[in-house]
Amino acid sequence: MDIPYTTTPREDTGLYNAKVGIWLFLASEVMLFGALFSSYILLRVGAAPGTWPHGLLNVPLGTINTLVLICSSVTVVLGWASLKMNRFDRYRIYQTITVLCALLFLCIKSFEYRDKFNHYEIIKKDGTVVDGHLIEKTKDYYIIHPLPKATKKSMESEHPAAHSGAAAANEHATATAAGEHEATGEHAGGAEHVKIMVSDIERAQNYGPWHNTYLAIYFTLTGLHALHVLGGALVILYILVPGAKMWKTDPERYTNRIEISGLFWHFVDLVWIFLFPVLYLL
Amino acid sequence: MEHSTHTHHAGAHDDHHHHEELGFWQKYIFSTDHKVIGIQYGITSLLFLLFGFSLMMVMRWQLAYPGSPIPLVGGLLEKIMGPLASGGVMSSDLYNMFGAMHGTIMVFLGIVPLAFAAFGNYVVPLQIGAPDMAFPRINMASYWVYFLGGVVMLVSFIIPGGPAQAGWTSYSPLASIIPTNGQLYWVIGMVFLITSSLLGAVNFLATIIQLRAPGMTWMRLPFFVWAQFVTGFLLLLAFPPLEAAALMQFMDKGLGTSFFLPTGLMVSGKMAAISGGGSPLLWQHLFWFLAHPEVYVLVLPAMGIVAEVITNNIRKPLWGYKALVYSVLTLGFLSFIVWAHHMYLTGMGTAISTFFQTTTIIISIPSVIILTVLFISLWGGSIRFNTQMLFCLAFLVMFGIGGLTGLPLGFSYADLFLHDTYYVIAHFHYLVAPGTIFALYAGIYYWFPKMTGRMMSDFWGKVHFWTSLIFMNLIFQPMFAQGMAGMLRRMYDGAVNYSAATAANAGVNGVLSEAIIYSNRTISMAAWMLALAQIPFIINVFWSIKNGRKAGSDNPWDSTTLEWQAPTPPPHGNFAVVPVVYRGPYEYSVPGHPRDFSPQNMPEPVSRKA
Amino acid sequence: MSNHTAQTAAASGGHAHGHGHGPEEVSKAVRKYLLVFAALLVGTIVTVLASYIDFGHPGINIGVALFIAIVKASLVAAYFMHLIDERKLIYGLLGATAFFFTGLMYFTLWSLEPGSFIHLKH
Repeated sequence: MDIPYTTTPREDTGLYNAKVGIWLFLASEVMLFGALFSSYILLRVGAAPGTWPHGLLNVPLGTINTLVLICSSVTVVLGWASLKMNRFDRYRIYQTITVLCALLFLCIKSFEYRDKFNHYEIIKKDGTVVDGHLIEKTKDYYIIHPLPKATKKSMESEHPAAHSGAAAANEHATATAAGEHEATGEHAGGAEHVKIMVSDIERAQNYGPWHNTYLAIYFTLTGLHALHVLGGALVILYILVPGAKMWKTDPERYTNRIEISGLFWHFVDLVWIFLFPVLYLL
Repeated sequence: MEHSTHTHHAGAHDDHHHHEELGFWQKYIFSTDHKVIGIQYGITSLLFLLFGFSLMMVMRWQLAYPGSPIPLVGGLLEKIMGPLASGGVMSSDLYNMFGAMHGTIMVFLGIVPLAFAAFGNYVVPLQIGAPDMAFPRINMASYWVYFLGGVVMLVSFIIPGGPAQAGWTSYSPLASIIPTNGQLYWVIGMVFLITSSLLGAVNFLATIIQLRAPGMTWMRLPFFVWAQFVTGFLLLLAFPPLEAAALMQFMDKGLGTSFFLPTGLMVSGKMAAISGGGSPLLWQHLFWFLAHPEVYVLVLPAMGIVAEVITNNIRKPLWGYKALVYSVLTLGFLSFIVWAHHMYLTGMGTAISTFFQTTTIIISIPSVIILTVLFISLWGGSIRFNTQMLFCLAFLVMFGIGGLTGLPLGFSYADLFLHDTYYVIAHFHYLVAPGTIFALYAGIYYWFPKMTGRMMSDFWGKVHFWTSLIFMNLIFQPMFAQGMAGMLRRMYDGAVNYSAATAANAGVNGVLSEAIIYSNRTISMAAWMLALAQIPFIINVFWSIKNGRKAGSDNPWDSTTLEWQAPTPPPHGNFAVVPVVYRGPYEYSVPGHPRDFSPQNMPEPVSRKA
Repeated sequence: MSNHTAQTAAASGGHAHGHGHGPEEVSKAVRKYLLVFAALLVGTIVTVLASYIDFGHPGINIGVALFIAIVKASLVAAYFMHLIDERKLIYGLLGATAFFFTGLMYFTLWSLEPGSFIHLKH
């Protein structure tokens, strides 16, 4: 006995097996990302007033990424439609665009991540804080290009050493909409490069997930999402290239594979549709 | 094993898929056949159950004779665990480690894989008349991911510093500030296990939705399938938040984030070098969001097995099939909104505690309905008291005790006193140990002839039953008294510090009495006797594979459900032709029929006796 | 976009398939896809611009952003993911998921603020 309904839909459900499977899987993914969103909300609501950072992320880049993913979403479904209309050539073009969009998304994301890892907050032993991009680092000194005060948003939870008055007062800027973190390394009218000797440093930390809970949840949410983008893109690429033989032997099953991977891809886009405003804009 | 997956089935196979004879590795190790995978899950999970039980047996020595060297295994422990077991004595850290791993292994590596994956994999496709699961390769993947998770958990025992020790609940911040790596291994192992369960859940649900044979409508499904269906949903929707939480706890320990670590955390008198801003409560919410539905995952397949076995052995239809189905659906739904009854003492506040208390009490209703339905079914039945039936009858009573003792825990006011005491341990063990495990034993005795074509020894089965029943009760019954006296959980000295035996406690109100402390010894002895009582069972299983009395037919229990209408053991593809279902699952003793049971796929007789 | 069996034109040459979509139907669907695409682009721009407007209470910004996000998500789900053509089964599954997800979010939040239903602080 063969397993039925692998391609032909079952009458009462109207679905073939893989479609049921992918929707079930997507439901579990909703709960996965949902738990992370819940964590975000809980951490933010629970944060002491004025301590939740704003403006740490680059909105134009995030917007571009959003548009890129939306494009890829439409190309994926147009690719499926092309197969339904028996246009394998058009399908190939659309899916290639999809994969390229995914690649672009990941590139922009990596750039954003790298930028964060190069952004340092250095607390000196005398209590002052230098916050900006790392130009050079040796075992003796750091060279930082400080961010201008107006955009230095970081009032994260207290560091043990930052409790000296000057530092605490310095870092209390919590303006919301105005500040945009320039990721390109050009800082509007900031100070010149500052050199700090390691011996003067109480604590140096970059803006990784350990820096504050906002960054922690940001990296987790976007990192998990990026892994899904990568995984989905690999699957689509596989079906496009080595897996394309099946179009000759079993076109209907092949088309279904496009539909299934497309459903996953749309889900990935959906998550980003929520991630973007929540992390970048609010 | 004895299982055959031979693929040459003259003419019956669809010619599109021409099978070459599969090699050993593909047939028995990397098989995609649900029956082989079911047996793989079964063997692995039974071994883990044995291991988890062994951990507890060693812990029981420490509880009975605190501070004294452990006989038999003390030397071995010292060799493996080093200073944690110096002199063969269990240290407090080692006690916590064994405790945490006992819970984790029994729940995630033992019961869930056995109840859901092993029995489910083997029986469900057969019971719905399907040739296999909907996604056989994903099925195989889910087993091997489970296996990997188990390896990670076992390996954690031999790393420096030992395994996880912050309880099976792994609460932050404790879990993140322990300087050794055991918790990291725990978290990684959990991610593997959760992934395995998710893959399995998708498979089960898709299979039950899509692959039911013609005529097998929803309301003709055996209750075991309904139970597995709801269990699948619980796993599908409740596990992911724990996966997210595990990821976050991994980052807290491994990367220095502060998801669950609050501002101002002091470790060993110094401020922790963390960003702070996290919430320990968040971990608890995410953990219990899974862990509560998880306990229903532990129980529902067992209830399914009990329904099958009882109906088969009363020779009359199950009373209240519809009530059972609606109850199990309601139970599944409600199980998602009761979780914070594990968190009454966190200072959440009375409003939210009241909400969860209400839903918790409400959820007892469908559970009671299920038990009641099974009890009422017995009335007027022609009862066969074979081994599996005895285990199921005991299940009803034991599960009843476990469930009823949960009521005081559900009320937040009473829970103020009982939380984290031995009362809780007694409550949940009654449900899982003489509850679920008894049902799983019943399943083994019941379905053994389908897998092997031979019967297990009913005599030794009954010996196994009576000894297990007695010792289970001797272990867990006194724990209710201990808990009510105020004895707390997870105390490695058996609460001697809080007892009259400690001189400093003279005159203190509420001190634990000698009798309570002495119970530790009787409980421990009963535990060791329980272990001995499993020996006839283990021998019975292995011996009967080759030497048991032959079953004599494909359907030695005269059962109505489809798995018994398949060949023994079922070949690859299960049924030679697609079965067609004509009736419900429990048509026993239908008036006018020549036999006292009508299999689901038997066409109506052309002429019926008057 | 329906999945009913035995539809029309053999788009894929004589292969007995369960859900046949004639080329005409699919090309109608393509128009819908492009419309949704345009809507998504517009929605994105609007979301970004709206985030810069000060509505007074931060809750309003959140509400606006989430509302637009939900609209966009619904469009993707309904049209790109063909949900609008599916039967009850999938809706039931997603409905249950949405319910439990909301429960998780809501109750965890509630536990933070004893005595209140929800309280956003900035």
